[in-house]
Amino acid sequence: MAQVTMTVNGKAASGTVEGRTLLSSFLRETLDLTGTHVGCDTSQCGACVVHVDGVAVKSCTMLAAEADGADVATIEGQAAPDGTLNTIQQAFQDHHGLQCGFCTPGMVMTTAALLKDNPKPSEQEIRVHLEGNICRCTGYHNIIKAIYAASGQDVAALGAD
Amino acid sequence: MPKDGDIKSGIGASSKRREDVRFLTGNGNYTDDINIRGQAYVFFLRSDVAHGTLNSVDTSAASAMPGVVQIFTGADFEAVGGIPCGWEVTDKHGQPMQEPKHPVLAHGKVRHVGEPIAAVVADSLEQARDAAEAIEVDISELPAVINMKDAFKEGATKVHDDLTSNLCYDWGFVEENKGAVEEAFKNAHHVTTLDLVNNRLVANPMEPRVAIGDYARSDEQHTLYTTSQNPHVIRLLMGAFVLGIPEHKLRVVAPDVGGGFGTKIFHYQEEAFCTFAAKACNRPVKWTSSRSEAFMSDAHGRDHVTTIQLALDKDNNFTALRTDTLANMGAYLSTFASSVPTWLHGTLMAGNYKTPLIYVNVKAMFTNTVPVDAYRGAGRPEATYQIERVIDMAARELGADPVALRRQNYVTEFPYATPVAVEYDTGDYHSTMDKLEEIGDFSGFEARRKESEAKGKWRGLGINNYIEACGIAPSNLVGQLGARAGLYDAATVRVNATGSISVMVGAHSHGQGHETAFPQVVADMIGIDESQIDIVHGDTSKIPFGMGTYGSRSLAVCGSAMVRATEKIIAKAKKIAAHLLEASDTDIELKDGMFSVAGTDKSVAWGDVTLAAYVPHNYPLEDIEPGLEETAFYDPSNFTYPAGAYACEVEVDPDTGKVTIERFAAADDFGNVINPMIVSGQVHGGIAQGVGQALLEGCSYDQESGQLLTGSYMDYAMPRADDLPFYSVDHSCQTPCTHNPLGVKGCGEAGAIGSPPSVVNAVIDALHSGGKKVAHIDMPLTPDRVWNAINNA
Repeated sequence: MAQVTMTVNGKAASGTVEGRTLLSSFLRETLDLTGTHVGCDTSQCGACVVHVDGVAVKSCTMLAAEADGADVATIEGQAAPDGTLNTIQQAFQDHHGLQCGFCTPGMVMTTAALLKDNPKPSEQEIRVHLEGNICRCTGYHNIIKAIYAASGQDVAALGAD
Repeated sequence: MPKDGDIKSGIGASSKRREDVRFLTGNGNYTDDINIRGQAYVFFLRSDVAHGTLNSVDTSAASAMPGVVQIFTGADFEAVGGIPCGWEVTDKHGQPMQEPKHPVLAHGKVRHVGEPIAAVVADSLEQARDAAEAIEVDISELPAVINMKDAFKEGATKVHDDLTSNLCYDWGFVEENKGAVEEAFKNAHHVTTLDLVNNRLVANPMEPRVAIGDYARSDEQHTLYTTSQNPHVIRLLMGAFVLGIPEHKLRVVAPDVGGGFGTKIFHYQEEAFCTFAAKACNRPVKWTSSRSEAFMSDAHGRDHVTTIQLALDKDNNFTALRTDTLANMGAYLSTFASSVPTWLHGTLMAGNYKTPLIYVNVKAMFTNTVPVDAYRGAGRPEATYQIERVIDMAARELGADPVALRRQNYVTEFPYATPVAVEYDTGDYHSTMDKLEEIGDFSGFEARRKESEAKGKWRGLGINNYIEACGIAPSNLVGQLGARAGLYDAATVRVNATGSISVMVGAHSHGQGHETAFPQVVADMIGIDESQIDIVHGDTSKIPFGMGTYGSRSLAVCGSAMVRATEKIIAKAKKIAAHLLEASDTDIELKDGMFSVAGTDKSVAWGDVTLAAYVPHNYPLEDIEPGLEETAFYDPSNFTYPAGAYACEVEVDPDTGKVTIERFAAADDFGNVINPMIVSGQVHGGIAQGVGQALLEGCSYDQESGQLLTGSYMDYAMPRADDLPFYSVDHSCQTPCTHNPLGVKGCGEAGAIGSPPSVVNAVIDALHSGGKKVAHIDMPLTPDRVWNAINNA
């Protein structure tokens, strides 16, 4: 067992973990941050994406011990303290970019990472960037629109209803 | 109906979804987010062979491992019932289907890879998993029966020793028509024959299944938290048939559920196990499926092998249709498995066409594979795929235009009684095809084909119609057909003292947006703001006995119950208002949340009436009870029949066989639409699943060993964002359902039903445009299959 300490959504967090404990488990089980979801066991689905030191990471593929000392951001830290949705979250609601909501935290965190590196992505760049995030509900149509809108671009230019 | 954006609230408005806020902020409450103080964890040791005799399960070493609470095997469940099947199909000889026992944990034999053999309950999941590795299982492997044609052969290895064969049933429909159908084929001018496979799929909701059992000795109350589309159905099946727990001692909670697509309808062993073990161990017991477990334990979908024949006269009128299908049941009968290839498939074989004579034969087979049951569309995609592929093939053989051939044979007069036992109440198939030609820009296709050719690609256009029977179902009808349950739904409308409303519904929302759309209806009826109304669902201790969400039934059936209950509320509220206004209740009008006396300026607000109901100081207590809460059960008089026309345009790369979807258009008739934004989203998602079936997805078993070859997202191809285009969807063609109060038909499955044939038709068209006379390719149309078809043509 090892003691890990990290900053999660701006607050100090610590706990005792087994060497095999995944970051996703630490967030969900130890810190009760259950917004990070686990949808597969092969790093394919992307429901568990969080940011570690500013980089999008599949938290089911990283050991909690590896995140010792890191600055971690999860879906729970994205909205303003008064609950106001951030630009990406608001765009997902405005464009109906989610249905069951299970993949959504990962989609939002992946989008945040995309827009940091590429503030005005094209439709195709968005589609390619979502290669590691699976949604079974939306057919991606409205997710693409939401991300495009979150980047400040006019969704009418996409030619999608 | 107005288009998106014209209506700001109530019926017809694209109200933003209120549930999104919790999902977008990580505040959803999915089953795996629930942890109960003192809970233990269960890990299931699952069979790694497809078929074998279970000689022994030695748990002695494992039981001594750290943290182990108790280990269970099949012997512990001998006294409880098997997992039941909810539909008894009668075969063509009038005999009931063969129905093997489906044990909670394997006993005597294992019959598919993934079948649970033992369950380790421990203080932590890691300890449970470690201990499971120490269990010694002795299995004598038997030959696996994987291929349905092999399973059907004389002398085949039997999946169940106590059954007479691997044949679950041999179903003929309509048996009395068989002779006339054969006669029509003898007299046909042209017969088109097509052998096809409807590929086996895994539903793959993104949230894996979870179950938590809890038991309170103080009041002998069991609680099961589970990822279900229908908590009351689980309570009934598990309580009455498996564990023998009376309903008043069993609560089933299905909180936020991360997608269902059918596979979360069914009652599973893990639910029964956790409920049973919580009492046995006197601790809450939690199970969370991994994705790998999901692939080998969630019920799969489709898996039909079919020969279909279409007979036409000299004028290209369809004169008869007949089909022979082998349908895979897997190793055991899942909850609705038996109904899918029969009543949910055979009754739709008329499609949108006035074919006068139809005969459907289905042989359902047991194999050493995961049970197969309803997956988005359930039987109707299989029917649609056959009909729309064989029509396309007939058009090509006859040199007919595929749109014209369809139009010529449309049902145009309603109500229309099909030769396969259902009556379409309303529809307008020409109008959806007109709309499709417009939004699919058919007139621009040839120019686009030439553009593709210039790039060295072959372009194809594929179209199809579909019809589905939704809103399942009239209970008396399905009862005659073998259903072991009623299929009504229920809603309780509880008006609170200050006028806000809680509506408790039997439907369950797991992505469909009920929490937003259902209040739009009640708000419209009363004339108050949607925000004054909340939906409560997913907890048998809070909601009336409704049958849940599947088969695109939520709004058509449960929504109708909600309308009926709201009508009762309004009728009672008018009596209260009449008392307050000193008028007759027959003179009271309700508009915009105000009750007024017709022809006067006397009025009283909704909130004053609701307050009077709960503070009945000035109240007609001699005539009516205080309070304002009403329940309605609604049992539909017919199915609903959503229908539409879909078009797909593909490009095929002749060098690689790679298919890309260039355009996709869907024109649907869903009757009236409550929230157009949500309806479009449902169609998008359905199309993506249909395209997935057509191009990418296929669950595969090794035909010898019975090993599951597609057991993760590494080898089962889920559609990704870059596999799919934007979709043009339209639902402005609206022929309202004639028999439910909202005039709605249901939209949840249409996309998955309507899209596979148009994709395949488009690829075949593309190959023909490249000069390759390929008649058919089975789904999924992977580059490998398409390349081989091109190069062997």
